[in-house]
Amino acid sequence: MAENILELHDLKKHFPTTSGGLFSRRKGVVKAVDGVSLSIGVGETVGLVGESGCGKTTAGRTVMKLYEPTDGKIIFQGEDISHYSRKQMMPFRSQMQMIFQDPFASLNPRHTVGTIVGASYDIHGIKPAGGVENAVRDLLERVGLNPEHINRFPHEFSGGQRQRIGIARAIALRPKLIVADEPVSALDVSIQAQVVNLLDDLQQEFGLSYLFVAHDLSVVQHISDRVVVMYLGKVMESAPTESLFAKPRHPYTKALLSAVPIPDPRLERTRERILLQGDLPSPMNPPAGCVFNTRCWKVQDKCRSVVPEPVQIAPNHTLACHFPE
Amino acid sequence: MSTFLEVKNLHVTFPTEDGAVLASNNVSYSVALGETLAIVGESGSGKSVANLAVMGLHNPHRTQISGEAILHLPEGPIDVLSAAPETVRRLRGKAMSMIFQDPMSALHPFYTIGNQIAEAWALYNEGSKEDGIKRAVEMLDLVGIPDAAKRVHEYPHQFSGGMRQRVMIAMALVNNPSLLIADEPTTALDVTVQSQILRLLADLQKEFNMAVILITHDLGVVAEVADRVSVMYSGRIVESAAIDEIFYNSTHPYTRGLLNSIPRVDNHGKGTRLRAIPGQPPSLISVPKGCAFAARCEFISHVPGGLCIASNPDLLEKAPDHYSRCHLTGAQVIDIAAKNLAHQDNGAK
Ligand SMILES: Nc1ncnc2c1ncn2[C@@H]1O[C@H](COP(=O)(O)OP(=O)(O)OP(=O)(O)O)[C@@H](O)[C@H]1O
Ligand SMILES: Nc1ncnc2c1ncn2[C@@H]1O[C@H](COP(=O)(O)OP(=O)(O)O)[C@@H](O)[C@H]1O
Ligand code: SF4
Ligand SMILES: [Mg+2]
Ligand SMILES: [Mg+2]
Repeated sequence: MAENILELHDLKKHFPTTSGGLFSRRKGVVKAVDGVSLSIGVGETVGLVGESGCGKTTAGRTVMKLYEPTDGKIIFQGEDISHYSRKQMMPFRSQMQMIFQDPFASLNPRHTVGTIVGASYDIHGIKPAGGVENAVRDLLERVGLNPEHINRFPHEFSGGQRQRIGIARAIALRPKLIVADEPVSALDVSIQAQVVNLLDDLQQEFGLSYLFVAHDLSVVQHISDRVVVMYLGKVMESAPTESLFAKPRHPYTKALLSAVPIPDPRLERTRERILLQGDLPSPMNPPAGCVFNTRCWKVQDKCRSVVPEPVQIAPNHTLACHFPE
Repeated sequence: MSTFLEVKNLHVTFPTEDGAVLASNNVSYSVALGETLAIVGESGSGKSVANLAVMGLHNPHRTQISGEAILHLPEGPIDVLSAAPETVRRLRGKAMSMIFQDPMSALHPFYTIGNQIAEAWALYNEGSKEDGIKRAVEMLDLVGIPDAAKRVHEYPHQFSGGMRQRVMIAMALVNNPSLLIADEPTTALDVTVQSQILRLLADLQKEFNMAVILITHDLGVVAEVADRVSVMYSGRIVESAAIDEIFYNSTHPYTRGLLNSIPRVDNHGKGTRLRAIPGQPPSLISVPKGCAFAARCEFISHVPGGLCIASNPDLLEKAPDHYSRCHLTGAQVIDIAAKNLAHQDNGAK
């Protein structure tokens, strides 16, 4: 098998929580990411899905070393970067880039598009052949924006166009890996499809690898080669996209898939739903045993006390459940 | 089924510094008791604006509204757009209620859940504070809040997002309204919680024979709950029909474009291409003279003589009870769509 661009081994990111007030002190930890393992091959897309607060963004940001991992390993192109300092990270920065959910908040409103997209060249002291401005124009054109708009400001663009600006910025230095955190979640469906297609094209053209973070399973299914399903900081199941969607083995994966409404009324009328009880427990105080046990419809005593370890059940298919489907 | 709300030729305009925003442009729709009408469209298409007008929730000093919105009450019809503000206030929360996307902003942070529901109840009922709280417990039970007698004394921040939306539903239904307008009620929720809330709304609708308007941008949600659908684009309704007609027989290029552009969990895997609609919706300030969808429409070449650019098509009945706003006939749209699809499939091979 070709070398993986990224490997996570039992990655953990815990945040200390303090009680407020004058005598604030350590009170506990949020185990935002609590043992995530995955690998991404060259040119591959791995989708990271799960409900709000399950740790997707934290995982993505830790991969980017925007957070220092609490435990576990981040291997980028065979090199263990888990504890690299800011300075040691410098050569890697240009090779891994991030795209954010909110195209409004992630672009500096006082900078022109040219400045925003061109900034990476300056930061990394790279002089593109033909000059920065030409390079930026090419990038704008590549992501479907009018290069003549290089001197405009972010507020002069629509949501979808702003997301294209974010993408142009991310691909400027020809990175190998892009961590995309809900890149299309804020966009309307008709615009969402444009951006998804653009990400597809760029992957083909530049051999990019994506860690694609999203809560929308239909988009993830469309774009990913493999999918990792998280719940309260832990990986419940991870598998090649086709087998995960055709035959989910974890009760949570199954419930999650059955909750996604399908735009096909005839199908909807006959579809069986697994309705989960209640809401997600607080990540400050996750259930003992299997973290999913409070909402699982297959729960048994063992689930309330023993943590199910991830087990490989087929090539590329791991599962953490005592009583899988 | 008897029609409960009839909106006719609704125009809503906001005068702004940049010009007048025509957010609701000759909009008509209706919903019957026991029926769910879904209003779908992209953000900014005017879904909320139209329904806020029905609820009488626009600021009269900063909004121009014309048209009719008739409620067929047992005591006779009443047009809420021309009725006195006092009359509309009396109908709100009683004959018609609305819930919103973000329940936190609609709940007061400093009052207990019970007090807030009791207060909504007391607007239309005689009774003591205790009666109100008792009614609140009943309602919380009804919407599936466990341990309601205890939780009725808690504050909004002690509830999760899904539970807050249940509280909003409880509050909206406390006076047994005949019409519930739910504006993106599950957009802020996780899918597993969304399916709970949609199920709850459907059950309550059946139990109380309510007319429900569900505003959403999610065609999956529409497929799950709607009886009829109105599709909005750029302040106008462009297609309106029974649910299966919209999904399997759409006679409007925009609706077809929307349906084609969404990935589905049950097909379209990696390697297939989404059929995006190019471009973006026009501004509501300078409304194009012709069809608002013309700049993005892949059917436009089938309409002769630049008609789409020159004139805005009327919303016409293209098939029984199936309306759409396009210069092409219903049969033409269906035919061209089938050919496009065949062409695309050939291209993919
Ligand atoms: N800097 C931080 N300090 C403390 N807790 C944090 C911090 N960042 C995230 N958390 C907590 O960690 C958990 C995971 O958060 P994260 O943002 O990774 O979730 P997510 O899966 O991306 O959710 P969403 O779908 O809502 O974006 C949450 O409980 C969150 O409140
Ligand atoms: N109070 C207001 N003043 C000016 N413009 C408004 C106001 N409220 C809504 N609009 C505009 O009206 C259009 C329709 O908005 P809305 O009905 O909220 O859309 P949606 O379909 O997303 O619910 C948008 O362009 C919006 O910006
Ligand atoms: S009227 Fe013309 S532009 Fe508008 S939807 Fe029909 S074909 Fe397309
Ligand atoms: Mg996130
Ligand atoms: Mg709205």
